Amino acid sequence: MVRIIGFFVGLFFAVMALWAFGTGLATVASQGYLNEETAEKVFHREPQPLHLASDGPFGKFDHRQVQRGYQVYKEVCKACHSLNHVAFRDLAELGYSEAEVKAEAASWTVPGIDPNTGETTTRPGTPTDYFPKPFANDIAARAANSGAVPPDLSLMVKAREGGAAYIHALLTGFQPVPAEVKKQFPDFQVPTGTYYNPYFANLNIKMPPPLTSDGQVAYKDGTPATVDQMAKDVAAFLVWTAEPTQDKRHQTGWPVLGFLLFATVLAYLAKKQVWARAKVRRD
Amino acid sequence: MSFPWAQHYEPKAPFMRWLDEKLPLPRFAYNAIGAGYPVPRNLNYMWNFGVLAGFCLVLQIVTGVILAMHYAPNGLVAFDSTEHIMRDVNWGWLMRYAHANGASAFFVVVYMHIFRGLFYGSYKAPREMVWLLGVVIFLLMMATAFMGYVLPWGQMSFWGAKVITGLFGAIPFVGEPLQVWLLGGYAPDNAALNRFFSLHFLLPFVIAGVIILHIWALHIPGSSNPTGVEVKSESDTVGFHPYYTAKDGFGLAVFLILYCAFLFFMPNALGHPDNYIPANPLSTPALIVPEWYFWPYYAILRAFTHDLTIPFTHVVIIEAKLLGVMAMFASILVWFFLPWLDRSPVRSGHYRPLFRKFFWFGLIPCVVVLGYCGGSHAEEPYLMLSQVAAAYYFLHFLVILPLISSFERPEPLPFSITEAVLGSDKKAVLGENTTPAT
Repeated sequence: MVRIIGFFVGLFFAVMALWAFGTGLATVASQGYLNEETAEKVFHREPQPLHLASDGPFGKFDHRQVQRGYQVYKEVCKACHSLNHVAFRDLAELGYSEAEVKAEAASWTVPGIDPNTGETTTRPGTPTDYFPKPFANDIAARAANSGAVPPDLSLMVKAREGGAAYIHALLTGFQPVPAEVKKQFPDFQVPTGTYYNPYFANLNIKMPPPLTSDGQVAYKDGTPATVDQMAKDVAAFLVWTAEPTQDKRHQTGWPVLGFLLFATVLAYLAKKQVWARAKVRRD
Repeated sequence: MSFPWAQHYEPKAPFMRWLDEKLPLPRFAYNAIGAGYPVPRNLNYMWNFGVLAGFCLVLQIVTGVILAMHYAPNGLVAFDSTEHIMRDVNWGWLMRYAHANGASAFFVVVYMHIFRGLFYGSYKAPREMVWLLGVVIFLLMMATAFMGYVLPWGQMSFWGAKVITGLFGAIPFVGEPLQVWLLGGYAPDNAALNRFFSLHFLLPFVIAGVIILHIWALHIPGSSNPTGVEVKSESDTVGFHPYYTAKDGFGLAVFLILYCAFLFFMPNALGHPDNYIPANPLSTPALIVPEWYFWPYYAILRAFTHDLTIPFTHVVIIEAKLLGVMAMFASILVWFFLPWLDRSPVRSGHYRPLFRKFFWFGLIPCVVVLGYCGGSHAEEPYLMLSQVAAAYYFLHFLVILPLISSFERPEPLPFSITEAVLGSDKKAVLGENTTPAT
């Protein structure tokens, strides 16, 4: 009985799936793939590879580069982008001394409460404070940015396909609309308040090009601040903000794997020895 | 129960004697996973995955309980509390990555365990109950994993919850009220997040309970083996300890190397970037996909794009969406009937030439294709591919498998496990080779 009912249930689902398949096939045969060619599909580009010191299983943050990236964030990105999950105290991990962290925190203005009146006010930051938000709320952010909310950058590297390479490509990818786009898609438009960028999913991003000229940031360590260098550095910084514990993860992983390899050899030998008793030689 | 030649527990130390009289827990362990459980001597490495699955459950419970100490199941702070674990809790990143990758590892191991059972016919009499309880465990695992993925309250958490609970909305008449009742609202929100957290904490312990039943049911007929020939004599078996504890120890070490490689060096490889964006009900991700271990079912769900209509009319009997939901649930429920669908008296795929072909060239590619399509956009050619694969999936279990045994001529089986391993029964020296030297 189970087999008879099962037989018909199986046939039913198979017929329905193949029916849908037939409909799909007929559509494709008569009209071709309905997955329309769009400017987004044809002209969207994958980010070029970016190599950072923190890449790979042996990766370690290049503190000087990450510090430069922090400088780019502080002088450029922070105008619009928050860094909600990072506190000033975290900067100590980048090689800043305790006094430097204190001074750095104090150079930022954070929201506070007046201890006498209870009114909201502002005060210099302390190491325990988190990076302040550039906008009071999403509505203010939207109003100042042609209707788009600049996303928080703390996790940006982990929250985008391509990670740091994507950020570097996006920051250096602003360009005038190529002639081929207009030729192939005459209807393609870059609306006012948006900018053409082939690395952005729909090609039109509401962020104006943030890194516009070499030397925009005067690096403290004397590194020439080309647009490409600044984009790389800020990408390196955002790898760190996305996962400040990454170095520790890599450093922990190798001893663990080493131990496990050793344990595996021991376990294999133990297994062989135990099983030697159960084996009888084959002729 | 056990085989007559099973060794008996004899406590030696006075304390163990005392304990054995009051609470025979050591005796219980000895008979369950010690020298007192005789196991076929010919198990291959595919038989390692049961123990590994048990290990994964323990791993998930331990890391999960620690995570729960720091996590806050509230829509306003859930995402931030997860990041708090990653950044500020001592070794929190390790616990969180161990838990997230542990879920994937658990499914890898359980799929190996299930497909071992499918190939070697472990579901057949007298082990039907072991198989049925296993399917129950798998269903509980799916529910637990789904609810766990919602907890970080990222974009994929939110939209995944919305899509999956939306499936209940496809049920006629009661669907919509049922969906609202399950979610505690019209869309996933704080109420849903809270109950998912509560159930996500509870279900692993239910799983642990069903695992006890699973192992209990297994110990009645004893473990199956690659030949599918039942144990006949003492020379067919060895004690679980030390033989299979040693072999499982080696398997566990290899498993841990692979698991730790992911954990320490590519912890986000199996996740989706969108889940690092906080949940936003107003912004739909470009592609809503579940975790990789649900992709085959997701492909089946999406494969049914055509309503069941009365031919040549537009009268809809069953809508495509409901068909997809029915098919998705049926794709797992069908496993419950497997012991009665497959009539071949031969258990092991080793001796079943026709079954073997359908298994390796039918079922396995079909599941791989479904998995690939389930992780892709719902567009052609993935839809057409998944439609063919879904059709094969149901035909395989419900039409092909029941029919094969009528046409198939099984290859000759070995007389016994000992013969399969050693060439002949005479070469096994009874007792001498099977009991460990002290």
